[in-house]
Order: sequence, then structure tokens, then C-alpha cells
Amino acid sequence: MADAAPILEAKGLHAAYGPVRVLHGIDFVVNTGGVTALLGANGAGKTTTLRAICGMVRSTGDLMFDGRRINNLPTEAIAAMRVGHVPDGRGTFMELTVEENLRLGGYTRRDSIEPDLERMFGYFPKLKDRFRQQAGTLSGGEQQMLAIARALMIKPRLLLLDEPSFGLAPLIVREIFGIMKQIIATERTSILLVEQNASLALTVADMAYLLETGKIVMSGSAEEIRRDESVRRSYLGY
Amino acid sequence: MEGVLHQIISGIATGSIYASISLALVMIFLATHHINFAQGEMAMFSTYIALTLIQAGVPYWGAFVLTLVFSFVGGLVMQRTLLEPLARAPVLASVGAFLGLLLIFNNIAGWLFTYTLQPFPTPFGTGAPILGGMLSRHELGSTAVTLVVLTAVWAFFRYTKLGLALRGAAYNPVSSRLVGVPVARMLALGWGLAAAIGAIAGMMVAPIVFLDPNMMGGVLLYAFAGALLGGITSPLGAVVGGVLMGVIENIAGAYVVGTELKLTTALVIIVVVLVVKPTGLFGKALASRV
Ligand SMILES: Nc1ncnc2c1ncn2[C@@H]1O[C@H](COP(=O)(O)OP(=O)(O)O)[C@@H](O)[C@H]1O
Ligand SMILES: [Mg+2]
Repeated sequence: MADAAPILEAKGLHAAYGPVRVLHGIDFVVNTGGVTALLGANGAGKTTTLRAICGMVRSTGDLMFDGRRINNLPTEAIAAMRVGHVPDGRGTFMELTVEENLRLGGYTRRDSIEPDLERMFGYFPKLKDRFRQQAGTLSGGEQQMLAIARALMIKPRLLLLDEPSFGLAPLIVREIFGIMKQIIATERTSILLVEQNASLALTVADMAYLLETGKIVMSGSAEEIRRDESVRRSYLGY
Repeated sequence: MEGVLHQIISGIATGSIYASISLALVMIFLATHHINFAQGEMAMFSTYIALTLIQAGVPYWGAFVLTLVFSFVGGLVMQRTLLEPLARAPVLASVGAFLGLLLIFNNIAGWLFTYTLQPFPTPFGTGAPILGGMLSRHELGSTAVTLVVLTAVWAFFRYTKLGLALRGAAYNPVSSRLVGVPVARMLALGWGLAAAIGAIAGMMVAPIVFLDPNMMGGVLLYAFAGALLGGITSPLGAVVGGVLMGVIENIAGAYVVGTELKLTTALVIIVVVLVVKPTGLFGKALASRV
């Protein structure tokens, strides 16, 4: 599982939209080959954290990716370092076909992406059936699968997932998380998973952080977080 | 009956030139949601460059290619220097800026090349008309050139990685950046392409209407009407709409309103489309971006 050096480390990370300060100095790590969950209620700053990593919002403090400081680099430069991002709202290229969405996912690649297209169909057979269809016609669940597959096409060293369960029926969520477990087991990637649905995220994560209004209020192994009494009451609902 | 056929065929010939400008307008619109009202004047300016090269002794097709290169680079540089700051400007500010650009190009051309009408050569010869006298050699040649260009542009967008990246950047810049597409560079490339396509239209229309700084005024109006008619969000629609405008112009000029008033048909089409079906024949309502 997790090797010695973390692939991503945030130290005293601040982020703001102009004058609106959202992150107030947070620390977290994503271990190489590990799955870190970033949990928190709506508006806590989870999406902003992912945006800071990808240079979509200005940040101060340190964001170290593979030992290199990456704060405020252009978004396309972060992608070129093979950071895959499944964004908030899924980011589907609605007007393009499923195939074109996946090919764009492989834009930074110099090698052939054909074998990876096939691999994606292995994970998501539904996408194969809709290969030539306009992505805007896909259901929400299918668009989420497409977003994950698109991000995997970059052959990510780090995969950022922003609420892959959001707005989907429980059955579809279970299907997607089933596939994600398969992906975690097969792909050599590290994952930062953002979720409001804590119990779900904790089934796949090995580390977890709890974010409340821009501050980390708890951290630990997924196991510890799951057992914590207050987390249980406020976030897990049992 | 043969008269009508003649009007239709020669309408398709001029319409294909409008179609190029319509396509250039749609390309820029898809990427920026702005109409580049200076597209016609940029084409006119490019045509003067071609004329200058030809008068300096460069053979026609050499001048043609050099003009495309010049226009491509010019469009690219214009986007990077003048238009990037406009990307986030309010609509009215950008309309003002594009109209300003139109006047600037027009005035600089007038100042450099004077407002005198100048003949512009055709590479297709001036021999007897063909198709039973219905189509001049230039009309046939320019239609063929336009067809080749439009096909090449379509193939570029449809089959190349760069073409796909350009489309992605136009439709969804945020997601494009997340997969590593340098969106700003794609926008500049789009401007360069649009300018080059416009230049071809300018060089093809100049032998018919003669070259002067106001040459593209009417063409831009027809092309804009064609782009709206086909659907401002649809490149295919732009081409179809542009060709249709050529035919409509001819039919209206010959049988309905007369040649003096035929420019008004373009205005009528613009108004009717905007009122009845703003998305045009092939266009879609713009998907809102989250
Ligand atoms: N583009 C923006 N401009 C200004 N404030 C924003 C913007 N996006 C989010 N915010 C604010 O930042 C805070 C955190 O938002 P976000 O990171 O989206 O939370 P989460 O993803 O945890 O629900 C919220 O208070 C939200 O209103
Ligand atoms: Mg969010």
C-alpha cells in the first residue's frame, strides 16, 4: 500500500477567491499508492482544496507534489504532471462524443492511447455501448463514469475525485464505488477522494481528514475516523 | 426556368464565399461567444496584402499561400495582444471593440491603399463561361477552392488531435485545462485559422466585386445572416446558411426586391431568424456551463 514518501503533501495551505478566504492553513498528505479521503459538509472547502491543487484558485502555503512545490502553476501544467481531476459537476464535454471525451483525457500523452480506451471499457462497459454518442445525452451516472475514465486516460500518478456520488441514485453509487475499488486494486495511482458521504468514502480510503469551514478538525487512519464517536454522530448517522 | 437555374447556380458560387466567412464567424463565436464584426475587414486587408505581393511580381499561388501565412500569424498575434483582455469583458464592451477594430482596419487600408477600386486577378482564366453560359470560370474555380478549404477544415477538426483540442477548448475551457489542453494557445490558433479562411474568401470575391476597403461590408452582412440562418453554434450550419444566403440574394435580387434592395434581404433574414428560431436551422441552445 503506502510507500515512504507521500505523493502529495499540503502544509499550511490557504486558498481564497479574491477577498473570500476559504482554506485557513490546512495540512494533509496523500501517500504514494494510497487513498486519502477528505470529508466534510457542504461548503467546508473540499472542492476548493482540489481547485488549489490544480491551480484553479490562488493558494499560499505549500503544496508539494512528488517533492516539488506546485502552488499556482497553470492548470494545464498540473495535468501535464499526470494529475487526473474528476471535477465538481463532472466536467463533461457535452457537445463531444464519449470517444472524443476520452481522447481529450489522453491529450497530454505521447504514447498510443488505444489500449487504454479498451481498458476503460473493461471498467465501464456502459461507455462502450455509448462510444459514438454525444456525451450530453448520457445519464448522470454514465457521465460520472465518463469523468472517471477521462481522468484515468491521463495515466494519473495522482487522481483527484470530487464527490463521485453526488446526485446519483444509491444503486448507481454502489456500482461506481464497486468499480472504484477495482480501479484502486489495479491501477498504480494515488487518490485524493473528496466526499460528503463519509461512510461510503471510508470503505475505500486508508487515511481520512475531516474539513470544517476551511480547517482540518480531525485526521487519522480510515479505521480510526470510522470508530470516532463524534464523527459517527455528525457524519455517519448511526 | 433556365433563368432561375442560372440564379441558383451562380448563387451557390457566391454563397460558398459567404460560407467561408460564416464559418470563420461561427468558429470565433463558439470559442468566445462574441461575433467578430471585423472578420470581413480582416479579410479585405489580407486581400490587399495579396495584391501587393502580386504587383511586386510574386506568382498568384505563391502570393495566395504567403497571404494565408500572413493572415494566420496576424490573427494569432491579434488574439494574443488585443483580444485576450476582452475575453471577460461585458458583451457591449466587446461589440464596441470589434466594431472599432472594423473601422481601424478599414481606415488603415484606405490610408495605405486608397479608396480607389482596384481590379484583382483571378487564377482561373477569363475564357468563355461554362455550363451553358451559367457559370464563369472564376465562379467555378472559387467554388472549388472554397469546397476544398471547407473540407480540409472539417477534416482537421474531425480527425486530428489538435482539432479535437480546439473544439474541446471552445466548448469547455475549464475541463480542457484539467486534461492539459493549453486553452489560451488554442484560442489564438482559432483566430489564426479564422483569419486565414477569411483571407481566402477575400481573394476569391475580389475578382468579382473589385478590391476596395469597403469590399467586405456586404459580404460580412450576408455571411452573418448565413451564420444565423444555419445556426450560430453550428459550423456545418454556417456553411449551409452561407450558401443559402448566396442563392437567396440572387433570387431576391432577380425576382423579388430588385438588385438595389437585395442587401435588405440579409437584414430581413437576420431579424426573422432572431425572432422565430434564434438557434437557426442546425444550431442548439447553448449548454450552460457549470
Ligand atoms: N467561485 C467562488 N467564488 C467565491 N466563493 C466561492 C466560490 N466557490 C466556492 N466558494 C465558497 O467557498 C466555500 C467552500 O466551497 P467549496 O470548496 O465548494 O465547498 P465544498 O466543496 O466543501 O462543498 C463556500 O463558502 C463557498 O460559498
Ligand atoms: Mg464541493
